[in-house]
Amino acid sequence: MDHIVQSGKRLGREELDLSLLTDGLRAEREQGITIDVAYRYFATPARKFIIADTPGHIQYTRNMVTGASTADLAVILIDARKGVLEQTIRHSYIASLLDIRHIIFCINKMDMTNWSQEGFDKIVSELGKLVSKLGIPDARYIPISAKYGDNVVDNSVNMPWYSGKTFLRLIETIEIEKNKDPENNRFPVQTIIRPHTNEFHDYRGYAGRVAGGVFKPGEEVVVLPSMRKSKIKSIDMFGKTLSESISGDSVAISLEDQIDISRGDMLVAPDDLPVISQDINLMVCWFNEQPLRNGGKYLVRINSNEAGCIIKKVNYRLNINTLEKDTENISVQMNDIADITIKTSKPLFFDSYKKNNITGSMIFIDEGTNETVAAGMII
Amino acid sequence: MKNPLHINDEHLKELENEAIFVMREVAAQFENKALLFSGGKDSIVLVHLARKAFWPAKIPFTLLHIDTGHNFGETLIFRDDLAKEFGCNLIVAKVQDSIDKGRVIEEQGINASRNKAQSVTLLDAIEEFKLDVAIGGGRRDEEKARAKERFFSHRNEFGQWDPKNQRPELWNIFNGRKHMGEHFRVFPISNWTELDVWQYILNENIKLPGLYYTHRRKIFSRNGTYLAWAPFMQLKPGEEVFETDVRCRTIGDITCTGVTLSKADNLEDIIAEIAATRVTERGGRYDDKRSEAAMEDRKKEGYF
Repeated sequence: MDHIVQSGKRLGREELDLSLLTDGLRAEREQGITIDVAYRYFATPARKFIIADTPGHIQYTRNMVTGASTADLAVILIDARKGVLEQTIRHSYIASLLDIRHIIFCINKMDMTNWSQEGFDKIVSELGKLVSKLGIPDARYIPISAKYGDNVVDNSVNMPWYSGKTFLRLIETIEIEKNKDPENNRFPVQTIIRPHTNEFHDYRGYAGRVAGGVFKPGEEVVVLPSMRKSKIKSIDMFGKTLSESISGDSVAISLEDQIDISRGDMLVAPDDLPVISQDINLMVCWFNEQPLRNGGKYLVRINSNEAGCIIKKVNYRLNINTLEKDTENISVQMNDIADITIKTSKPLFFDSYKKNNITGSMIFIDEGTNETVAAGMII
Repeated sequence: MKNPLHINDEHLKELENEAIFVMREVAAQFENKALLFSGGKDSIVLVHLARKAFWPAKIPFTLLHIDTGHNFGETLIFRDDLAKEFGCNLIVAKVQDSIDKGRVIEEQGINASRNKAQSVTLLDAIEEFKLDVAIGGGRRDEEKARAKERFFSHRNEFGQWDPKNQRPELWNIFNGRKHMGEHFRVFPISNWTELDVWQYILNENIKLPGLYYTHRRKIFSRNGTYLAWAPFMQLKPGEEVFETDVRCRTIGDITCTGVTLSKADNLEDIIAEIAATRVTERGGRYDDKRSEAAMEDRKKEGYF
């Protein structure tokens, strides 16, 4: 399943107005802007797609981050007349921050620039610099006209110089890098299944979704945080015993030994432990109207685990229009992205976000309001 | 034939994994848990997913049916049989009781429906049984206000939804923390489309009420939608009841459930029909046609 985040320059009202499709809330229809993230669905015989339509303005950075957190691919629209703008940098940065591996840059309104290959090439070369600076592994560039449909579904007769795939053909065929972390076995325990029936009197299944690697019956595992070792007795799903389970599978794992395991614990391979520490350095995107309290206490949730934390230091704030680091003004407000260091109330086990998006991400919760105030990506 | 359209359905496995993950989060994060069960296909799929999520244990949710009193009789039989078969605790909260107690005033007139009144009955039931979470079968593809719904949707102590102040939801980390008296609605199949649901029912061999398959029924036409006729429904001048072969695309309150002219008597044919149509299933829901923001308004009041 492919999940696309569409941000970037919205199509002008005079053109095909996609926003009327996705701006579902009354306030948005009245104001003509996208406040929230809207999810839309479509399928072709080749693939099913989920579009997370997010607003592009800087005051909605948090919505873009939200939409991007579950996306496999980002589509960024660029006005052929205007080229690379601040918002292009911002949107590309957010995609790379959230570790979206594939970006399609659609150079739109080619009809307004006389279908100029020269203009297109110039923008692509500028984007190329941005892409290598951000370390985006897979960037594609398509000249389109959303107004006239050039290179959207069918190849453009106006731009015979473009021999690449059309937009639709590309999103149908692009190979999505899945299971980003197939090496490291990670199984966060969500809940314990204990049927207490005669037939399954002693059954004790650890329910969870594989967050990395491959688990097989008979293999040794280490339980975190207790560090106790055991072997996988069986992997079950609705009466079926599985020979293995891979990243993304929701299963129940039972172990050979009776070990005290509860929600928040993690099963991992003995020779490949995650980082276990109370000191964590991460990039955060701040979501709440109440600014970050430096030295303040918050709850963090990472996978099914929860802990208290204290903000030890704001290392810098990032200007996401210019990608400059600001170490002077470190007051973190809503929509800001910052590099911070926290100390947690108990040791947490985690990977870097780039290594594993699931075991490397966390949310911050304000204990007073219960609101989710920030999203963090471990460095 | 498991794949009548010859479409790629690998994504169903991902959708199933996601829904099971969400159900297990509900089990772990809440105390008094209910699954809103209408007898419709989406809630039947929810029950199936819950069985998978907690096997070999029983479903850790109470089934809650908000009964408008305007049901298809077959739905109620199906509901009771299902609860018995899977050993589920079933609570039925009746809109008629809310009307009798004066909690809601019944709509009058031609387009009268108890659909809106359900919100009051639901909120009363949530309070009476001290539920802190209700799982629903809402999907984002159904309607445009639903497209912005979270998996974990926070409701204040009045049961209201605040669409402009929703908690951000990132990755698969769900924040179900709440204050006393507040509750959550959780939508495990948010990312499913109507076609996904049908394809899944076919793949998993899930039993459905016969109403979903072709049957003879008395119907009439109103504003381009075919509605099932029932004795308590008022007809406008010129509206005529006739009998023909139909099936239901959704099963809800009879007064607002559109039916489709169809001779499809098996899942493969139904899926082929759905794939060919361009009206979403709520397109046949009369309650959504009242205004542009009808769903958003009802959801703010506590509708599911």
